[in-house]
Amino acid sequence: MQKYMRWSGMLVVLMLVLAACQSDGGGASEEPSSDGGEPSASADGGSGSAADCDADEFGCIELAEGDPLIIGTALVITGANESLGLDSQYGAQVANSLRPEVAGHEVEFNFQDDGCSTEGGTAAARALVSEENIAGVIGTSCSSAGIPAAEILSAEGILLVSPSNTAPSLTAPETHEPFYARTAHNDSIQGAAMAQFVCEVLGLGSAATIDDGSAYADQLAAVFASEFQSQCDGEITAEEAVTVGQTDFTGVLENIAADSPEFLYFPIFVAEGALITQQARETSGLEDTELGGADGILTPDWLAAAGGAADGVYLSGPDLAFSGDFYADEFLPAYTDVSGESEPISVFHAHAFDAYNMLADAIEEVAFTDGGTTYIPRTALRDAFMATSGFEGITGTLTCDENGDCADAKISVSEVVDGAFERIWPE
Amino acid sequence: MPGRRIRLNFVNLFLWLLGGGLLAFAAYGSFLTLIEGRIQPNQWQNLIVAGVALGSVYALIALGYTLVYGILFMINFAHGEVFMWGAFTAFFAATALNDAGMMASNPVLAFFLVLATSMLVSMVVAIMLERIAYRPLRGAPRLVPLITAIGASLFLQYTARGFYGSGVRAYPDYTIFDGTISLGFLSLSVKQAVVILAAVGLMVGLYLFINRTRTGRAMRAVSEDKDVAAMMGINVDRIIVTTFAIGGLLAGAAGILYTLIFNQVLFFMGFLPGIKAFTAAVLGGIGNVIGAALGGLILGVVEQLGPNLFLSGYGVPSPNQLKDVIAFSVLVLVLIFRPSGLLGRKENT
Amino acid sequence: MSPMVRRALTLGLFGGIAGIHVSLVGIVNTFQTRDLIADIVTIGSVIPMLIAIMVGWLAGRAPRHAAELAAPTALGAGAVAGAVTGTILALLAILVDSVSLTWILVNARPQLATILQFEQGPVVGSVLLIAGGAALGAAGAVLHILPGAIARSIAMAGIITIIVALMEPFIGAVLRNVELRAIEGFLYDSGGLTLPGFILVFALIGAGVYGWATRGDRARARVEAMPPDRRRAAKIAVYLATIGILLILPQIVGQRLSEVIGTVGIYVLLGLGLNIVVGFAGLLDLGYVAFFAVGAYTTAILTSPASPVFTPELPFWGALPFVILAAALIGLAVGAPVLRLRGDYLAIVTLGFGEIAREIFKSAWAQPVTGGAQGILSIPEPIPFSRDPQSIYYPILFFCILAAIAATTLASSRVGRAWNAMREDESVAEATGVNTIKYKLLAFGLGAAFGCLGGAFFGAKIGVVFPDSFNILVSINALALIILGGMGNIAGVVLGAFVLVGLPELLREFAEYRLLIYGVVLVVMMLLRPEGLLPSRSRRAELHEVKDEDDDDMYADEVGEETGRPVVTA
Repeated sequence: MQKYMRWSGMLVVLMLVLAACQSDGGGASEEPSSDGGEPSASADGGSGSAADCDADEFGCIELAEGDPLIIGTALVITGANESLGLDSQYGAQVANSLRPEVAGHEVEFNFQDDGCSTEGGTAAARALVSEENIAGVIGTSCSSAGIPAAEILSAEGILLVSPSNTAPSLTAPETHEPFYARTAHNDSIQGAAMAQFVCEVLGLGSAATIDDGSAYADQLAAVFASEFQSQCDGEITAEEAVTVGQTDFTGVLENIAADSPEFLYFPIFVAEGALITQQARETSGLEDTELGGADGILTPDWLAAAGGAADGVYLSGPDLAFSGDFYADEFLPAYTDVSGESEPISVFHAHAFDAYNMLADAIEEVAFTDGGTTYIPRTALRDAFMATSGFEGITGTLTCDENGDCADAKISVSEVVDGAFERIWPE
Repeated sequence: MPGRRIRLNFVNLFLWLLGGGLLAFAAYGSFLTLIEGRIQPNQWQNLIVAGVALGSVYALIALGYTLVYGILFMINFAHGEVFMWGAFTAFFAATALNDAGMMASNPVLAFFLVLATSMLVSMVVAIMLERIAYRPLRGAPRLVPLITAIGASLFLQYTARGFYGSGVRAYPDYTIFDGTISLGFLSLSVKQAVVILAAVGLMVGLYLFINRTRTGRAMRAVSEDKDVAAMMGINVDRIIVTTFAIGGLLAGAAGILYTLIFNQVLFFMGFLPGIKAFTAAVLGGIGNVIGAALGGLILGVVEQLGPNLFLSGYGVPSPNQLKDVIAFSVLVLVLIFRPSGLLGRKENT
Repeated sequence: MSPMVRRALTLGLFGGIAGIHVSLVGIVNTFQTRDLIADIVTIGSVIPMLIAIMVGWLAGRAPRHAAELAAPTALGAGAVAGAVTGTILALLAILVDSVSLTWILVNARPQLATILQFEQGPVVGSVLLIAGGAALGAAGAVLHILPGAIARSIAMAGIITIIVALMEPFIGAVLRNVELRAIEGFLYDSGGLTLPGFILVFALIGAGVYGWATRGDRARARVEAMPPDRRRAAKIAVYLATIGILLILPQIVGQRLSEVIGTVGIYVLLGLGLNIVVGFAGLLDLGYVAFFAVGAYTTAILTSPASPVFTPELPFWGALPFVILAAALIGLAVGAPVLRLRGDYLAIVTLGFGEIAREIFKSAWAQPVTGGAQGILSIPEPIPFSRDPQSIYYPILFFCILAAIAATTLASSRVGRAWNAMREDESVAEATGVNTIKYKLLAFGLGAAFGCLGGAFFGAKIGVVFPDSFNILVSINALALIILGGMGNIAGVVLGAFVLVGLPELLREFAEYRLLIYGVVLVVMMLLRPEGLLPSRSRRAELHEVKDEDDDDMYADEVGEETGRPVVTA
């Protein structure tokens, strides 16, 4: 396994070097229909004609010679959860720095803020829709923003690839929007993994959950609760909700403490997560209760905000124990260059990196040139993306299903030990 | 005019029905909750202690509203921001002291230094507010200073956001305040004890200041009648500035006590405590110093106790999300039944 | 020290503080990415220059009750003030550069120093800043020396040219939309004006303002000299032309700008509604957002298939009557408990209502109906119009016009006069037989109707409702726009909505500072021009009359005493 990972890491590096050197980015080695190679080939990489654009329900992205190819982002880049979105944005920028040209056009970003809210997602999506010729969007950070954004962008035939949306409903068959895909794991996996960890590793039999009403927390808490009950016959003592922006959780915690659960699961975001951590430690009746959260607070910001109370908290999140050299040798230095941070500020940079490259591959697969103008048919782009199979990225080998779930989901659980995350499960 | 009286009685009837309905709802909810008996007595006690601690903070902020209102008859809507500026700026003092190791080597002195910074900054902000935004408007129609205050509040809030960033910042821990104290049947955390004691100390100090010093007497004179006070040789402008300064000092102290409980600073943190403290001031009878303290305590306890007591009996899911609704309902109820507040003078003009 | 020098020094000091403020708040850094003149000057570095000019202008102004200053004195004062501002900024730049303060002040980055020093390093940069400050301060003072019309033309041309440069993305889009790419190419380059474009815009606007200033009176006189029937004809022609322009506007300005105009339209509806409550009836309602939210949620619950409560789903227009019904109910619900409250108490209680509404919509308790924090998605489009900004513009426009007509009619009716009386003095109004309870409830009801209508279109326009869209800032937005525009006046509401809602949408870089600027606008307006930009005549008289009266009586406690406490009207 180790060896395999290293080998695939090398392959990624090779891909990227190729992509960086050659304008056509022939790195899509696993894409059978893409015929990389000399620049001239990229001129009509995907064979097509203007008729294809008329046939395509949403038409083509048309780029005159020298026009930039615009990729939008809709990530949370301000406010309490900015580390989540900025981290993904840096991941995409790193991918861009290694692969600045796609289909013979320089890539330019249009950065929007999803505000980690439904409203922010709506506003960001609307702003991106109004950008002419936008090729695709990387985002959103938060599931609550992803739900309206997917709806809006799908109506315009714009592909939205999220590096960190995890709510199950986004890719559930009945609610999936056609132009939505994600490289992040689905919470039906994360919630189940956490439930398994709590009963099998920690050996606890009762739990309470707190969500903040957001799509992410609401669904993750629900998955955890149902898995905890069905997988290991655990008891859920309370399913509470708090409000974003609240600072005083005494009442909620006392209410939960009335049933003295053995585990308290709060898969929410940084500001409230830190306060609940601290206040739970000071609530009598919860002294012996273990605390746990999810990837929303798996960031140094939360550690700093929760201070000493964070020690001993269990957090689930994507498994970043990539064994490939590429991550340590190439990605992290480039990340530092782009962001000015000494280490990643959250956990979804690799997913954004993969999202960028998958998007770029799909674009190059379907793009064709006619009289100096590059055409990218939108529906074909979507189909090519959804057909991605066996893509070797940093986060694993990604294969998309028809509902846009592309992640090679690996969940790990970390414990906070002396103010730092320590990966403890699976061994 | 008999016709008018009938109309007013109709309105009164409606309001009494509304208020009575709300009270009955709360009473029956409490009954259901207590019958259910899920929440243990010691938990109720914890909630009350937490409520008293929170209420002392509200009371300190409320004093600022009450003092200013007593003299200028204006709501200093930006007072919550004064509180925020104190807490936010002191965050940097605390961090710097922590980095310098003083928090570990000499924690008590460090705490007082941070407290002093907070109070000083809040005082300066309050004085500047008065000087720049409010003084030129004295005597303008009532809406004008209130709107100015809203503007000043936005300005202060978003200046803090621009200066210090939009993220949440966490205070370093004051480890000296860890642990709990047990007083017989009552147990409370050291932090809560510090908050309550500090607030009580400041309030007693203020009470003595107002009643025993020359400046305090002058303040009372100005609040009775400015023109007469001016004729008596009191420098009204200076008294007004002093009032703002005292309000600022108390708000700064409240800022530190608040972060002692909640540990976080955010540019938006002044909004809700500000509104709540105003509610507390109205509750106790605006213009009345003891009333503000009483109102703060009542509001804090109701806010902590209310959701679990009134609502959980009805099976309302996550009742604590509605605690602000309860707090504001208290305000509406008080204004319906006792528009001049619990300890306010009853006035009929 | 002569008072002139002292004044110049003080002004320079204030300019320096203002400069430090805009620098540290991040405005300078943010606008560094935008060019004023492509590749020559960025807007970020123009901002400190503008402060110096402003300070110089103030310093060169004649003191109150004094004759105009002599030219050399004015110039000198301006230069001194500008130089002080420049010095303070130079010190700031050096400080930012040498001490790492970013852990406190997030914008005190070395980049800021670089911008302030014109990328010339600390020594040359500081000299440039001080000398430049002096020169610009003097330039500001020159405006007093030049004849009034010329000075005004230059100032206006400068301001408008900067706005034109800032609006590049939108003016550019409009020009592309109407196939005038050549003009766009001539005017703009890489996000700023080209040098010839800059000169052209500046000259054109300067000439235009100058022309109006010198010949405007004559034009006005000619209109007034017209015979009445021709005047009426001209008036109708102007109305028709306005309506014509309004009708084809979305096609001219394109997608993005239509979106902005749609948002402005919704705020015009809100402003008109709040104007009834605050401007006409004098009831300061800080919880206006509650009405907006109820409108949006009513629409969403009745029409959206995503909301399980109400089936079958109504079409958007089918839901509108229910929205109005809901408005009446919420108007009463908010209005009745606060009937006996006055002034400040009313403000705080209504603010409380706004917060209560949001908290309830957001809570898990209400989630089955309102969707909780996740709101309600998939609100249908108002068929035959679509959600496309160029299409939904029309129903919004229609209702804005309707609301404006309704508000104008009301203002001059019996009801409007009753409100007027109530606003001026409630007790007197009541004594003269005005049924204040009825008129208060009517004001709340009508205000609620407009607000709910705005909410309905807000929901239809963005297709989702979400509790955090309905926070206190909506109330403050609506309040700020009627105050800026001129309370009690409908044209003022429209102007206010364009300036406070439209401009920040257009100037994306401003978005982050929108509320900061609102704060400044509210304070400055209250200090300098409390009646707003386009005041209604009676309002203006009211505000000035009171102010003049109180000049002698500094403390005016009778104003406070009369309305300050929650007075029981019984």
